[in-house]
Amino acid sequence: MNTAKLMQGNEACTIGALTAGLNFYAGYPITPSTEIAELCSEELPKIGGKFIQMEDEIASMAAIIGASLAGCKAMTATSGPGFSLMQENIGYAAIAEIPVVIINVQRVGPSTGMPTSPAQGDVMQARWGTHGDHPIVVLAPGNVRECFDLTIRAFNIAEKYRVPVIVLTDEVIGHMREKVVLPDISKLKIENRIRPKSKNDYKPFEGDAETLVPPMADFGTGYRYHVTGLSHDVTGFPTNKGEIAGKQLERLLKKIERAEPELRDYFTESTDDCEILVVSFGSSAMSSLSAVRKARSQGIKVGLFRPKTIWPFPVEPLKAIAEKTTTIIVPEMNAGQLIYEIERIAGCNKHVMGIHKLNGELFKPDEIYNAIVQGARK
Amino acid sequence: MNTALEYLRENRLPHIWCPGCGHGTIMGAVVRAIARLNFDKNKVVIVSGIGCSSRAPGYMDFDTLHTTHGRALAFATGIKHARPDLKVIVMTGDGDATAIGGNHFIHAARRNIGITTIVMNNNIYGMTSGQVSPMTPKGALGTTAPYGNIDRSFDLVQLAQASGATYVGRATTYHVPLLIDLIEHALQNDGFSVVEAMTPCPTYFGRKNKMGGAVELLTMLKDNAVNIKAASALSEEKLKGKFLIGEFVNKSEPEFTNEYAKMVEQVQRKFDTFQGGLRECEQNSD
Repeated sequence: MNTAKLMQGNEACTIGALTAGLNFYAGYPITPSTEIAELCSEELPKIGGKFIQMEDEIASMAAIIGASLAGCKAMTATSGPGFSLMQENIGYAAIAEIPVVIINVQRVGPSTGMPTSPAQGDVMQARWGTHGDHPIVVLAPGNVRECFDLTIRAFNIAEKYRVPVIVLTDEVIGHMREKVVLPDISKLKIENRIRPKSKNDYKPFEGDAETLVPPMADFGTGYRYHVTGLSHDVTGFPTNKGEIAGKQLERLLKKIERAEPELRDYFTESTDDCEILVVSFGSSAMSSLSAVRKARSQGIKVGLFRPKTIWPFPVEPLKAIAEKTTTIIVPEMNAGQLIYEIERIAGCNKHVMGIHKLNGELFKPDEIYNAIVQGARK
Repeated sequence: MNTALEYLRENRLPHIWCPGCGHGTIMGAVVRAIARLNFDKNKVVIVSGIGCSSRAPGYMDFDTLHTTHGRALAFATGIKHARPDLKVIVMTGDGDATAIGGNHFIHAARRNIGITTIVMNNNIYGMTSGQVSPMTPKGALGTTAPYGNIDRSFDLVQLAQASGATYVGRATTYHVPLLIDLIEHALQNDGFSVVEAMTPCPTYFGRKNKMGGAVELLTMLKDNAVNIKAASALSEEKLKGKFLIGEFVNKSEPEFTNEYAKMVEQVQRKFDTFQGGLRECEQNSD
């Protein structure tokens, strides 16, 4: 069972999803994510799950929300242009607290950009793409095995916290093939949403006192409740009362804020004594790791911090490491997005240096190595 | 048999619709048709989009879903595909269904997925105060057509039929017994059903176009409607300026979720267990 396999990132996401209990997929073809839809169309019928190719990404996002309300574990996958189209309904999933997973395999943008080339330009869109204040969780795998792990985690978080979760990969992570040894599936923890125990006095949007997450009833099981994208009270019916609407939104934001220590996930290397820190995620982090190791072999005190959960950002762990450093280098395949968060955490007396890539090519390790050497000279 | 009232959330009433609006009549027709069929209210889901029409589900005692503008059918497709045993009804407006939601409308019809769609056509965007919709007649006034609407309008019956709906009917809020009958038949159809319910909007459409109040608008619906059964005997001249009501399409064709279930059965006979992850993926571009 746990033999090594040569596996593609998109494939690993799909197998992770199926392992987490995926039984509904709706999507629309778009490079470089299409393999996920293709694989789901092949595998889901075998287990009696549902696949549907919708007319566009707006409809895909809508369909997975409907399916989740009907009790399914539902997912879609897309890339830049499709991700833009999904934003309105991602906000719906956030306010109506519907567990769904969206895989966004990033490509170069804006607009059609370069469909077959990687980028990391959707970092901010993944966090703030839909209008209004809203909770969201974004995970960023850095290799093929992590595509499997983090897609499972995405489902677990979506189910546990009733929140849309985005798995943010990119063309390289999605299409790259690596040797992967999957873990013993029977030992994995699979979360399922908490369902209400009694039909009497069911309040679909009254958060649990501790977790702030309300139990979720499946449509068609006799609860007969109302779900709306309008601001609503604990019963689910719309309200114009600012006080109630504000309180509900506060709860939505707080349920993720409160869960942050549990959502935290990151990788570090050589950070114990580092004076220079590279903060990097996704496919950029592969080159970053290589550069850090090369610099270390030359005696430069440099470390790597690779967040796997990028929203909410693991602030405390980074702060603890950043405090001891003089320079932070942030390589991103965009014009500088995650760097805003790093600057905020590092504070104004640190030198935070971004290196950027906009040409659809991966960082060469030496581009990052050179930045480290430059940082070491200062 | 259940009474229609048993399918309403009485504690949510009165509704928000304006005096003279026909939306309450249409909601009444839907619950009456459901009552006639004696549906289990735990197995019915009502889905709506945005607009005056889309407030209806809040008053109805089922699992109810008030979604985003134009997307009711896409959400409903997810529910029906996930749970084919549920009766899924979409209540939408002319703008919701044919403008922002036009693409979902034709594709739900093309799939012939078992959803009953009630289009509450008041020829105007009421909730946002009187802008023209794709079903505002040419020449009519709206707040975004102050010099008269130059756009042509959809004939929803023809649109539904051409897109593949297997049940298509049209009635008005004057012709209530017919409206209930059509909805009842639509609910009995396995595939995608559309009932257009023409309804007056005295507040915006009537007032803006100086057509009078609720009574005048209802009288107009009464006077200009011709039943399709009678239409064939009438001359072209007599049909000028009239619109047709009645049952236009009622046929049996393979329904999407049934077809999917058949496919699953075939696939499962071929593959006993899940063997995921062994396939080489092709990489496409575009």
